[in-house]
Amino acid sequence: MADYPSIDPSSFDLIVIGTGLPESILASASATAGKTVLHLDPNSFYGNHFSSLPLDHFSSFLQSHSHCHSQQPNISPPTSSSNCLHLKHNNLFSHVHISNPHSEYLGPSNKFSLDLSGPKLLFCADPMVNIMLKSGATYHIEFKGVDATYVYRGDGDDKLMTVPDSRSAIFKSSVLTLKEKRQLMSFFKTVQEHILELEAALTSNEEMRRARTISDEELECPFIDFLTTKGLPSNIKSIILYAIAMADYDQETPLLRKDFVIKTKDGIKSLALHNMSLGRFVNASGALIYPIYGQGELSQAFCRCAAVKGALYVLRMPVTALLIDKESNCYKGVRLASGQELFSHHLVMSPSFTVPLSSTISSIRDVQGDSSESSSRSDVEGLVARAVCITRVSIKPDLSNLLIIFPPRSLYPEQMTSVRALQLGSGLAVCPPGLFVLYISTMCDAVAQGKELLHAAMNALAHLLSRKHESSTTMESDCVEEDGPNFLWSAIYVQELRKGSSEIIVSCPTPDGRLDYRDMLDSTIKLFHEMYAEVEFFPETEDAENAENDE
Amino acid sequence: MHGVPRQLAKPKDEASIAKSSNLRSLQSQLLDNHHNKIYTKEALESSSKLLETNPELYTAWNYRKLAVEHNLGIATDQDSIKSILDEELRVVESALRANFKSYGAWHHRKWILKKKECSSLDREFKLLDKLFKVDSRNFHAWKYRSSESYSYLRYFSRFVAELNNVPEEEELKHTQCMIDMNFSNYSAWHNRSAILSHLVGQKAHGFISKEEVLTDEFELVHNAIFTDTDDQSGWFYHHWLLDQTVAQDAPVLVSSWPIHSSELIVSLSRNFYDPLLSPSTIFCSDAQTFPLILYFSQAVEGVSSCTVSVEFTFCNNDDLIWRPLSSNKSGKSKAWATYLNFPNREHHSLKVYPVEVSVGHSPGIISSSGFNCSFPLDFAFTVGLQSIDQNVAEGAETKMMVWENNHFYTNESLLHDFRPTILSLDRLKITKDYEPTASKWHLETLTSLIDLFRDLSDCKIGKLTLARLLTAHDVMMSYTTNSVYKKVNFDEILGLFSDLMILDPPHSRYYKDQHSLVLMEQVTSNRESLAKHCWYYGDSTSDLQKFVCLRLNELSISRLGFYEHILWVQMLDLSHNELQSVEGLESLQLLSCLNLSHNKLSSFTALEPLKQLKSLKALDLSYNEIGKHSIDTTRYLCSSPLSHSLEDGCNIGDYANEGIEVFDYWETVLFSKGLQLIQLDIVGNKVSDEKFRALLLKLLSSLKWLDGKSVN
Repeated sequence: MADYPSIDPSSFDLIVIGTGLPESILASASATAGKTVLHLDPNSFYGNHFSSLPLDHFSSFLQSHSHCHSQQPNISPPTSSSNCLHLKHNNLFSHVHISNPHSEYLGPSNKFSLDLSGPKLLFCADPMVNIMLKSGATYHIEFKGVDATYVYRGDGDDKLMTVPDSRSAIFKSSVLTLKEKRQLMSFFKTVQEHILELEAALTSNEEMRRARTISDEELECPFIDFLTTKGLPSNIKSIILYAIAMADYDQETPLLRKDFVIKTKDGIKSLALHNMSLGRFVNASGALIYPIYGQGELSQAFCRCAAVKGALYVLRMPVTALLIDKESNCYKGVRLASGQELFSHHLVMSPSFTVPLSSTISSIRDVQGDSSESSSRSDVEGLVARAVCITRVSIKPDLSNLLIIFPPRSLYPEQMTSVRALQLGSGLAVCPPGLFVLYISTMCDAVAQGKELLHAAMNALAHLLSRKHESSTTMESDCVEEDGPNFLWSAIYVQELRKGSSEIIVSCPTPDGRLDYRDMLDSTIKLFHEMYAEVEFFPETEDAENAENDE
Repeated sequence: MHGVPRQLAKPKDEASIAKSSNLRSLQSQLLDNHHNKIYTKEALESSSKLLETNPELYTAWNYRKLAVEHNLGIATDQDSIKSILDEELRVVESALRANFKSYGAWHHRKWILKKKECSSLDREFKLLDKLFKVDSRNFHAWKYRSSESYSYLRYFSRFVAELNNVPEEEELKHTQCMIDMNFSNYSAWHNRSAILSHLVGQKAHGFISKEEVLTDEFELVHNAIFTDTDDQSGWFYHHWLLDQTVAQDAPVLVSSWPIHSSELIVSLSRNFYDPLLSPSTIFCSDAQTFPLILYFSQAVEGVSSCTVSVEFTFCNNDDLIWRPLSSNKSGKSKAWATYLNFPNREHHSLKVYPVEVSVGHSPGIISSSGFNCSFPLDFAFTVGLQSIDQNVAEGAETKMMVWENNHFYTNESLLHDFRPTILSLDRLKITKDYEPTASKWHLETLTSLIDLFRDLSDCKIGKLTLARLLTAHDVMMSYTTNSVYKKVNFDEILGLFSDLMILDPPHSRYYKDQHSLVLMEQVTSNRESLAKHCWYYGDSTSDLQKFVCLRLNELSISRLGFYEHILWVQMLDLSHNELQSVEGLESLQLLSCLNLSHNKLSSFTALEPLKQLKSLKALDLSYNEIGKHSIDTTRYLCSSPLSHSLEDGCNIGDYANEGIEVFDYWETVLFSKGLQLIQLDIVGNKVSDEKFRALLLKLLSSLKWLDGKSVN
């Protein structure tokens, strides 16, 4: 107990527990808005479920945050004026399986920086990038472009097809026929026109709005239907849906849940984002970028911004309990592991913690009609299955950073979701030279389904790798390595998905199953406005303007 | 930069006033130093300051060149030489930073690099790399900058590449990179065509098979065209490739007059008619002379008594003078003519003399791209002279030519009459070992291209390319097939050009011209279609006057072509068309009556080709636009008016003495020189007033009818 420092002052506008990305953004935004912020994390590193960790830490984090390793919180006595609510650890991971067949090739553990919630990337024109520019987080982080995006095709000789996502990619594509090139390009042009019209519509009158390339009804109908009306063949539809708009679920199944159907307007928004991303930054040849040293850097960058704006940071500081005012039954403050009690108007918590519903708070809940029993489980809104693999060979010999998309039904007919795999090389400082890290993920309804998808994708990748491997060993005759398995190390796990919520306290969302951070950022901004309705989220500053010009 | 409006001049603030005064003082310092030949360190520094702000100052660059020369002269060791040159490179670099496109700076850099003799070219490549990247990275103005500055960079990198002996193959790869990055790059495509022509021409390694190269290139440019059908940068490349595919390298003799095995009768009377003879084999000549015309597939030079030999009893081949039939002065022409004379004797009646012509047996007939006429060819015909029958000559005096419809008639014998005349092309073919030059590859390529572009026929480029391909296919088929190939695509091509005129109004003039050419070809390419446009002139009941007139009136023709099919024409009706020029008409040496009324001819300069028509007697220019435009826009298209007077040795002063206002009507004066018109119609032109008509009567002394009225 003596190890814990005492914190001064003891009262803040906002206390944030956990340094996951949404928490860090909220801390940074609040600090920027002039709030006094205390940011705590029981871990010794930033990022929580969004962090990037050395190999051994990665394994132990997965193990310790999975269902079977429940920690018992310390129980401390209530103080005179407050009721104590002890925080409960909430383990997001389950079914962790780590296989370690060839650790001799791996080298030192600390040469790795593995993402807990991979694969995730940013579009160059992502709102996330804009927020980072506005907040100044870009000062603390560097990016590199993803070299190429491929679509996996179960049939055909060349199983990986370059995604023709830009004018020059369409031009260069050797897979599309001339007719398809024309169809795809003219579709892109239609979308482009529509986007220009939208921009024009912001400044002009109703007259202009009527002369739309794409009608309002069309915008509300499913994107796939829109693509069909444009006469696009199914292979091109699949490219647009899964490799450019990054749809997670099979859009062609009639049984698809309504909220998984991509509407035309959203599909077009994704295409617009993709289009705006191309060529935005010098070092990104495509639309997607990845932070050097891993995605954990994002949380850290926002934390630094917050610190610059005066937020107080204390790592390795567990919080044991929430303090509830006895009279009003309202949140009042937190009790730290050191025993110190700190007070704030608002509290933001990472999804690793839940508040056990004691009588005091549940009474409020009961008024609202929530049943106390369901509340801890009902937050889980889905599962995402993830895998991390380490290989010695790149899937494409001359490229190291690439994204591979397994569209629905490409692995096997029952595949209902997209599986995405991201290969990163040592150029991004996530692994030692000569090795590559593969992140794979897919949404799933059940653990078995998710694991089956991951295994199928891993097998497909292993097949691609062994083909590459053979050709490389035959070329280099002096290379006499035995034909080992393609993955030196791999981890497979399933993660719960929870939305953010703000009732008495703000609870942040878990890492989601999307490729980008758009959904996460949207819900984070929403949470921010629920706390501070009148305050602007990262207001425009002179500084940020200059920062962008410096690019 | 294109498309960026000019900024209004802003009121000068103090800083800019200070800046300009500073510049001014630097400038005067420089001029001072320049005049006094001061090349000290301080003087150079002030000039470099000046150039770094204003790299466009050529004097300053020149001054620095002199300074470098001077300082190198007194430099003793290698180090100081190197430092002088390095300093220059540094100045250029910072000048380029101020203005990336300063030619002065680039030239200076070139000059210095030559001095340095290739010591540090790696550095140049690095600089270029840097600049190429600077260029492509700005994502706001990417398009503008890349396409515009590309040529500057190319210009310089080409130079550096030459210094460093970078092979053209590498250069070709570089264009590929640029095209892959963004194929809207005119310079890259252009550069590619230049490098490829050279490589293929040299038969460099990997470029031996023109077919393979062209196939690959077609694939590349198709990707560009199909990816973005609105982007025009690839169109030109495609056009070039198609030319490469279709074009015959070597010029070929495609037509002549008289044609092989014909029996020509030269008549000294206009009214000669022998019902037993086909009218088209009669040539009426006042002098005892007739033309011999050769028509090649492309403009050639070097047609002379050395390269063409003519055997004719009354002529010595070496005395023959071959003349290019072309209104430009380049000495190259598709059509060449010489005149053969009968000696001035009286009775050769009914005796025919053989004429034998052999072309291209000795090298020397060369196309403008440097290829020799590779198909030597012989042909022969006979010629007889019909002397004046005194009775006939007195009985029928020359009549005025009347172009009205009721003076033309047709009957079935016409087609028969024409058999020996038209399609002289086939006649030539029969007599020579004319190798079919269109290979299977050519036809297959064209056929597959046609199929491909039919898919694209809903847009401009698709239609235009399809029209070109179909034309090329017809041409190819006619090369391959030994018998007469009936071109099948005319109607489709005409339809495509008609569509394009509507679809793309800014370029409708071009499409109109193309449409006209196709129409001309359709009409002239075979006997049946030609016969539809041929009429007898005169009174159908009288046997006396029976001339054949080719009537191409009311066809909306804006451009003429395919003269090789109509070299035999003596009467030509082109009225009611949209002609603005009669370029090429000089090939029709037999032409004696020409109707150009109701066209859009706007000046006499536009009629210059007619000056070479030695037999022209009747000319109808009525209802054109001569004199309508106060500024003659075609003058710039035609050769300079000065060249007329020099060539003709015409003494304009003579006319001036006769009270003609030469300087108001110099065009007319120059035009009428050398013409022996008997009949002229000029009514319905702006220029035509009493004064002008008076002038014409003075200029054209042989004139008998002006605007339908007899001249006394």
